[in-house]
Amino acid sequence: MNRRALRKAKNGVFLALSLIATMTGLACLAAILWTLLSHGLAGMSWHLFTAMTPPPGGQGGLLNALYGSAVMTLLGILIGSPIGVLAGTYLAEYGRKSRLSTAIRFINDVLLSAPSIIIGLFIYEIVVVRMGHFSAIAGALSLAVLAIPVTLRTTEDMLNLVPIGMKDSSAALGAYPWRTTISVLYPAARSGIVTGLLLAIARISGETAPLLFTALNNQFWSTNLNAPMANLPVVIFQFALSPYKDWQDLAWAGALIITVSILVLSISARVLLALLQSGRGSGR
Amino acid sequence: MIPSIKPPKHLKMRVPQTSAAETSLQSGPPKIEIRGLNFYYGDMRSLHDINMTLADRSITAFIGPSGCGKSTLLRVLNRMYALYPNQRAEGEVLIGGRDILGPTVDVAELRYRVGMVFQKPTPFPMSVFDNVAFGLRLAGGVRGADLKIRVESALRDAAIWDEVKDKLHADGRSLSGGQQQRLCVARAIAVQPDVLLLDEPTAALDPISTLRVEETLQALREKYCIVVVTHNLQQAARVSNVTGFMFMGELVEIGPSNQIFTSPQDRRTDDYITGRFG
Repeated sequence: MNRRALRKAKNGVFLALSLIATMTGLACLAAILWTLLSHGLAGMSWHLFTAMTPPPGGQGGLLNALYGSAVMTLLGILIGSPIGVLAGTYLAEYGRKSRLSTAIRFINDVLLSAPSIIIGLFIYEIVVVRMGHFSAIAGALSLAVLAIPVTLRTTEDMLNLVPIGMKDSSAALGAYPWRTTISVLYPAARSGIVTGLLLAIARISGETAPLLFTALNNQFWSTNLNAPMANLPVVIFQFALSPYKDWQDLAWAGALIITVSILVLSISARVLLALLQSGRGSGR
Repeated sequence: MIPSIKPPKHLKMRVPQTSAAETSLQSGPPKIEIRGLNFYYGDMRSLHDINMTLADRSITAFIGPSGCGKSTLLRVLNRMYALYPNQRAEGEVLIGGRDILGPTVDVAELRYRVGMVFQKPTPFPMSVFDNVAFGLRLAGGVRGADLKIRVESALRDAAIWDEVKDKLHADGRSLSGGQQQRLCVARAIAVQPDVLLLDEPTAALDPISTLRVEETLQALREKYCIVVVTHNLQQAARVSNVTGFMFMGELVEIGPSNQIFTSPQDRRTDDYITGRFG
């Protein structure tokens, strides 16, 4: 076999290997989605969105869990993202090379990959134990702690992508750094920062472990932030592990709802960004 | 603190041209005086004892090989270097008679008076109008109809008005590269600075756009003290009336452009402009 044929053969082998790897990954994903769809669709009905979680054997839905998840995710992002965005701004614009920044960056990376159950335990220790009971606010806090590293990292990365010339140009017009940041850098990095926020929402809306120790769960309708609150992930966790067929069906339906809403969130984020980008040509 | 808007240039009284030998070859009264300027990046000295006088209403070009210190010199004039750590300047730089290196100088105010255009066009992520109005809004005091007039006249002076007058509300980044650079020139002159600095303003542009920017500079010569750094010798010869040659942190020679390009006094200048190095 001459050299050219050998090289060609090598190329073929590697191509085939990477193709197989891709197919395996995609097949797993497809299998998960198929299982989710087939089981989840069976449990779909209007009751899901109108009725509370039922006792075993009873008729019911997931309304309280859906509401609780929405409230705690929203609160979590409202508390966590300003901290993340401002800290990311500090790292990118003010303390680029200081020791403090290096330390913050390292700790943030650790936090980013920390198991979420650790975060749940942390909030349990400092909030739930002191308050003496589980509560929605503790759940929101643990989700906020999860949202901080994601938004911090994306904000810093996106601000670093803004050309240095843009910053210099603003300074060259006599702008102080904060004015440059607000008027020039944030708009320039807007799409990236918004993507970071949506990523953070997607991340925290499916978290179970931090809520187990903090918001716990609630069989009933509750809007009291100072009391345990139902939420989809924990409901899915409990119902899926139960021996009751109707609970298991509800768990599948809930899982499908979470998956679809995260999908919708990601797609609308992309559409939103595309609109923002194309809007450059016209709107002010 | 940023001062309120100055009266328009044409209302200011012009000092008649002096007959001193140093400025007789130039167009206006001295605007920038540099005495014994040294510049350091950390421990490394990159400008060596620079002395010169630049006139108002003139275009001065600085040429020289990469790393000769010409961009550094430019960044001293609006203290841009102060944004970066471990850089410092020593000596005296007087702009309009005031030493800008002094500790009491407000750099934001200085930069407001000394405009700068960079190598790569840097339109801000906002409309064409807002880009040009940025500096004016920072200073405050100009709004409504006045703001519109100032923006229009800056865009006219930068020779880009006809191309953007129908898309003032389009994003500045949607313009072509050459238009973006002229937009940046308009943004810099909208606040009517005393001095306009340009750091290789056409290095990232195609020949046609380069031509337009050069025409813009020619038109602005009547109003401003312009300092331009360029790698392009032909450009220096075309647009400037004074040219300075820098080499290894030294100002080797400065004089009327036609003299520098036809009969330079220093051997190194001769070697550089005839293409023996650089």
